[in-house]
Amino acid sequence: MAETLLELSGISKTYPGVRALDDVNLRVCRGEVLGLIGENGAGKSTLMRVLAGVIAPSAGVIRIGGNDHARMTVNEATLAGIAFVHQELNLFENLDVAANVFIGREKLAGGPLKLVDNAQMHARVTPLLERLGADFAPNTLVDNLSIAERQMVEIAKALSIDARVIIMDEPTSSLTISETERLLEVIADLKAHGISVIYISHRLGEIMSCADRVVVLRDGRTVGELARNELSHAAMIRLMIGRDLKALYTPPARSPEPGGCDIAGVVTTAFPDRQIDLSVRRGEILGLAGLVGAGRTSLARAVFGVDPLLGGEIRIDNTPVGVASPRDAIRQGIYLVPEDRKKSGLVLELPIRENVTLASLLDHARMWLVNGGSERKIAKEQARRLSIKAPSIDIEAVTLSGGNQQKVVLGKWLSMQPRVMFFDEPTRGIDVGAKSEIYALMRSLADQGVAIVMISSDMEEVIGVSDRVAVMHEGSVSGVLERDQFSEYNVLRLAVGQALETLETAAP
Amino acid sequence: MMKKELGLFLLLAVISAITGAINPAFLSFVNLLNMANLIGLFGVFALGEGLVIITGGIDLSLGSMFALLGVVFIDLLTTYQVPWPFALVLVLLGGLALGGIQGFLITRLKMQPFIVTLCGLLIYRGAARYYTSDSTRGFGYGDEASTLSNIASGNVAGIPNTFIFLIILAVILGVLLHRSVYGRWLYAVGKNEEAARYSGIRTNLVIATAYVISGGLAGVSTVMFVFYTNSVSPSSFGNFYELYAIAAAVLGGCSLRGGEGSILGIVLGTALLQVLQNLVNILGIPNSLNFAVMGTVILIGVLADQQLQARRRRKAALAGLARTAPRSKETTMLQSASPRGAAALPTSAGDQA
Repeated sequence: MAETLLELSGISKTYPGVRALDDVNLRVCRGEVLGLIGENGAGKSTLMRVLAGVIAPSAGVIRIGGNDHARMTVNEATLAGIAFVHQELNLFENLDVAANVFIGREKLAGGPLKLVDNAQMHARVTPLLERLGADFAPNTLVDNLSIAERQMVEIAKALSIDARVIIMDEPTSSLTISETERLLEVIADLKAHGISVIYISHRLGEIMSCADRVVVLRDGRTVGELARNELSHAAMIRLMIGRDLKALYTPPARSPEPGGCDIAGVVTTAFPDRQIDLSVRRGEILGLAGLVGAGRTSLARAVFGVDPLLGGEIRIDNTPVGVASPRDAIRQGIYLVPEDRKKSGLVLELPIRENVTLASLLDHARMWLVNGGSERKIAKEQARRLSIKAPSIDIEAVTLSGGNQQKVVLGKWLSMQPRVMFFDEPTRGIDVGAKSEIYALMRSLADQGVAIVMISSDMEEVIGVSDRVAVMHEGSVSGVLERDQFSEYNVLRLAVGQALETLETAAP
Repeated sequence: MMKKELGLFLLLAVISAITGAINPAFLSFVNLLNMANLIGLFGVFALGEGLVIITGGIDLSLGSMFALLGVVFIDLLTTYQVPWPFALVLVLLGGLALGGIQGFLITRLKMQPFIVTLCGLLIYRGAARYYTSDSTRGFGYGDEASTLSNIASGNVAGIPNTFIFLIILAVILGVLLHRSVYGRWLYAVGKNEEAARYSGIRTNLVIATAYVISGGLAGVSTVMFVFYTNSVSPSSFGNFYELYAIAAAVLGGCSLRGGEGSILGIVLGTALLQVLQNLVNILGIPNSLNFAVMGTVILIGVLADQQLQARRRRKAALAGLARTAPRSKETTMLQSASPRGAAALPTSAGDQA
């Protein structure tokens, strides 16, 4: 066995009400590529943030080079040679490559003047870029680089601090196939130089081709480890799934009616080369599953008129509708409960009442003057119907808990006439009680004939709440599952771009 | 919301009382009417500026607009002998159009309000000076617009018409901002444009309209100032006036981040600025310190307001924490019983600690 570089043992991290990591053990050897996989929310990112010193674990030991740490600071992690290539690249676009590599550790000249020594920084970065086979110069503005090139800058940065372990979190999610191959070559080269890589990816194919060993996380626990010769898609997926799913499902009160919303050949700005076809019937809850970045939110934004539609059409009850803006969509009865409620769902500084009527204020006005009585009435009605816990409808939304804020967003739409509703991660960051209230509400809306699309990364929610599940993979729908086909295994297979196996062999 | 205005009103009253105690001439009828006139003149366009600031924008072009529209107005009346109602309408339309162009550039072409209106400031001033070859325009001996002049600079029972006009305008805009659907949209857009758009509000139209209103009110102000000074010197007419408007709005509780402010606050802010200017004269403070006094008061006022708001946010955050712990339900109820109780009011700061 190769020399152990770092070892995490018994790492736990608890947040109020959530156990993000539970007794996780992880060992990284010198010059090895360790694949780290798991579903959305399995704890991969949390674990890596512990390793990079961004968050402190609640329990456990981090052992690096023979020293034990109960927690690490970002500086200690850097000194220990741990570098992080982030999913969202953390570069300064307005600075050049060399300046980014040496950010915070600028080479200085001019003695007491402390001038930045650009020449020296450029000279130091050039060999790093050559080693990575990058074809841009150290004085190129990062703004002018592609995503793949920016990643090379991040890796160069890691090399410049003599990193011994480089963590790559979903490094290929925005890369083309040839760029991905290039990255895999770079990883092989790093490995040959004795540098270890922790490679986090949903793309099992890449894991297969580069990892020496794979560790699987599920619900914050290490649930398995696969050696290079044990790697297979099926083996990995089996370990990733197997959560205890609670029975949440309430069947619809009546069978789905004809009509509803058809998304035909829709092209979004996020994936201009993919088409999306999807139908949701009135009275049905369609779960929209997929990995983060699969294009689900982009689809919702396009249908709601936030982003332009690059192609295709949207039909409601077989009539094409134009959605050039959210205003158009709302007029057609297409509503969106957005992913980021604080940014897009609510005006936090306005009271509950004004948030509830924000989209329908003209209905509560005569000659453009707000009819306070009518407004209060509808806001109170929604607060009661949704049991929004607040002392009054006049308090600012910012003071409410996440669940109650979400209910205010729902109240805004329920005070109008929805025909098609998109819920984007409707229960993220919401406590259990409010969650089940929101599920019940979605079901009652569906029973009133609303077509519902629920985007969710929570497997329990997708399987527990939906009548059908559509799975997206890299910008298009890779499959639709009926209830009798529901299983984590099937959802995950479609989410990673594998074809569905025959039903008999599917369920583990 | 009203706490802020109340605080401002108290500040105004205290300053007036102190000044009046030192020099009773401050409270003389003549001086009060003179101030009322100036408050009317400066309040009208400050209200327009306030609407723009509530959208999160700024309008730096007002002073130059006065110069350009002013020379055009006088020229229409004197050189071209246009009947005054037409000249008035043309100037108002001119203001609306300039505001519309700025609004278009800001919302449709996504330019920054500061840049668009800064360029407006430069362009209009230059155009006014070029148009007149830098010479002062005034009324001749004829009474080209005596009716309008009498309206603009006259008074009713001693109260200047400008002040009366400001009050009427403030009531109209007060209803628009605080009671109408448009006003609600304006606040929503100013606070969170994205959430407003996600609620189907035509945010571009809402913002552009604010600039159009501001331009229109600049047209009105132009006419009032022309009859106040009776002549327009294109290189100095209205210089810095946009800054008076911004100062009044900020003093009156508008935040340059948008989404905050009230019509009453802006009117009180204008009044406070004029009182400050007047007390510099009345108390024999060197006139050269005029701007310095104004700057100091604004700085202290905004600083105090911010500190009080920060306190309020901390209290809100504490209330939020208390909510998660079921045992401290009582605290939650107490805190939320008067949700705005901790709002910015200097006098209540002591006992809230």
